[in-house]
Amino acid sequence: MSDIVIQVENLSKYYNLGVVGTGTLSHDLNRAWAKLRGKPDPTLRIDQTIQQFNNSTGKASDDYIWALRDISFEVKQGEILGIIGRNGAGKSTLLKILSRVTAPTSGECRVKGRIASLLEVGTGFHPELTGRENIFLNGAILGMTKEEIKQKFDEIVAFAEVEKFIDTPVKRYSSGMYVRLAFAVAAHLEPEILVIDEVLAVGDAQFQKKCLWKMGDVSKEGRTVLFVSHNMVAVQSLCQKVMLLDKGEMVQNGPANQIVSNYLRYCLTSTQMDQVWKNQDEAPGCEEVRFRRISIQINDQDNNMITMETPFLVIVEYWNEIPAACLHITLHIRNEQGIVAFTTGSCQEPGWNGQSLEKGIYRSICHMPKNLLNSGRHSITILVVRDLANIIYMYEDALVFDIVDNRDRSGGWFGKEPGVVQPYLEWKTEYVGSKIPSQRLLKR
Amino acid sequence: MNHNSNTYWDLIIRTKSGWFDLHLSDLWRYRDLTMLFVWRDFVAQYKQTILGPLWYLIQPLFSTIVFTVVFGRVAKIPTDGLPPFLFYMAGVTCWTYFADCLTKTSGTFITNAGLFGKVYFPRLTVPLSIVISNILKFGIQFLFFIGFLAYFMIKGAHIKPNYWIFLMPYLLLLLAGLGLGAGIIISALTTKYRDLQQLVTFGVQLLMYATPIVYPLSVVPEKYKWLALANPMAPIVETFRYAFLGSGSFNGIYLLYSTGTTLILLLFGVILFNRVEKTFMDTV
Repeated sequence: MSDIVIQVENLSKYYNLGVVGTGTLSHDLNRAWAKLRGKPDPTLRIDQTIQQFNNSTGKASDDYIWALRDISFEVKQGEILGIIGRNGAGKSTLLKILSRVTAPTSGECRVKGRIASLLEVGTGFHPELTGRENIFLNGAILGMTKEEIKQKFDEIVAFAEVEKFIDTPVKRYSSGMYVRLAFAVAAHLEPEILVIDEVLAVGDAQFQKKCLWKMGDVSKEGRTVLFVSHNMVAVQSLCQKVMLLDKGEMVQNGPANQIVSNYLRYCLTSTQMDQVWKNQDEAPGCEEVRFRRISIQINDQDNNMITMETPFLVIVEYWNEIPAACLHITLHIRNEQGIVAFTTGSCQEPGWNGQSLEKGIYRSICHMPKNLLNSGRHSITILVVRDLANIIYMYEDALVFDIVDNRDRSGGWFGKEPGVVQPYLEWKTEYVGSKIPSQRLLKR
Repeated sequence: MNHNSNTYWDLIIRTKSGWFDLHLSDLWRYRDLTMLFVWRDFVAQYKQTILGPLWYLIQPLFSTIVFTVVFGRVAKIPTDGLPPFLFYMAGVTCWTYFADCLTKTSGTFITNAGLFGKVYFPRLTVPLSIVISNILKFGIQFLFFIGFLAYFMIKGAHIKPNYWIFLMPYLLLLLAGLGLGAGIIISALTTKYRDLQQLVTFGVQLLMYATPIVYPLSVVPEKYKWLALANPMAPIVETFRYAFLGSGSFNGIYLLYSTGTTLILLLFGVILFNRVEKTFMDTV
């Protein structure tokens, strides 16, 4: 087997926190002087000094952070490896090391073939230069030769859909055109390994689709892709394998579907169905509005489990500090893939006409009917909206809850039904006879 | 499954490589990029300017006029018997090239931090492209100088260009090497000590007065001559003037000394630059 193209062994990287600034020269001279006399580094903290003596790597102190610790993995040719994890999990650091932007603290990466990285689209674009000129410049920065770019030029322009503007300086481009052109150049690189970080967060839906399709194509041609994203849908549909990082360590590594759902299920916060703040100063919110209580309540007292057939209430209590404000609460309900199932707002209340609220405590209650959401983990983001248009505060994932599938499907399909919502709709099937004249069918 | 043989892999990324592992072959592979940077600098610099590349001529012309007035007329510093205008212009042309190479390359890491933080390419392509694009500028200014030289010769001034002018490409190489070497050393150090950046513009100005630009080497008292000659720029400028104007001091040993200094500076610079480029993203 000689199809392993990336082999990473015990890769670690630590970062120096804090200010690297004033007094660094004297600091460095001090260190050098101490080293000369064989004394411990005076600028290290005491625990680090002890560590130094013990010659162990030990735990990170306040001034240092391990962005990556002992990561080892292998990637085979033609694979698309997804890398997921929360912010600060070390994903970007890993990509930066692989694309040689920074060096690791210890460990080794071995790579077969050329690597091209797309940590950000449009790196090296010069605003004064035209689209045509920038294609050459950007292509060269990404590692293509002039000849290669010439061959690909028409393809790139067609992919980016900027034929008309190719001789216009890119500073006059719309942001969408800019991004499309930048991605087009990168997509037409022909490295054996492509490293991509969150580039799909830009561009319109249609272009995103095109990019995803292109990435799939790239791997079919036998090239390898490393893909970092927060977009779980994209990760799941593109990658065969996924690696989950948390706090610089590799938590899991395996088939995409499994890892993604594990991540969503267990690595995010646990359920959070009732939050109360007694003290206004500590409550989340802004100057104008602070939350007092956010909770999910179930009418059925015997059972505190939410099933697909349990109606429940979302209660939001808040302090309003603005005299005569036109406020309402909006909820965004998300499923575990991060897709917003629907949004709803207290302005839907019958009789609501934007009347102003005086200062004081208010309570908004939303009735969630049964048979609406699909089973699985859901989160609710709460927005406080002023004058029907201005979001004055957004509390992301304020509530997190599970909906249990308890529908009776005896003898039928037991797996989870696909879909964001699972409403019970009215159905009727009737017997219309054994022979239907074709005319009658047409008339209907 | 024997992947441990290092010949199988094209690239091994690890903490540190040897001091002399300079990846210079990479630099050759990215030669197209270097040339594109040169071209970018040239095109982008004068977009949306009225005078465009004419600025290349205005700069040395005005410096020369000012020097002629201040140092020639007011301070009355001797010019080895040469027309003061040509004397100063020769110095300014050489010095501008060196100073431009030095100041612009010294900002390599700071000005390109955004780009360097996103994508890998041999970082040396940037300072190299600066030196090359400045050759264009130098070329224009040099022709300008030759034009004035011809004018003065026709008017019958006492000027004797000699065969040493064929040393010109070599002098240019030395100027480029010195500027690049010193520039990348400073650029490597500025990633940690920003103070150096302030020092560069100021220091280059001071260094000009330590170099025989506004005065000939011959007026330096014998006692301090060694000090003036310790500056590797001095023999280059003097040789340049000697070759084109036929007056001044020229000494092969001094030029050899400049060559040696340039080589050492360059080697040291490239090594330091390579050290820093690997991790500078963490300190910038």
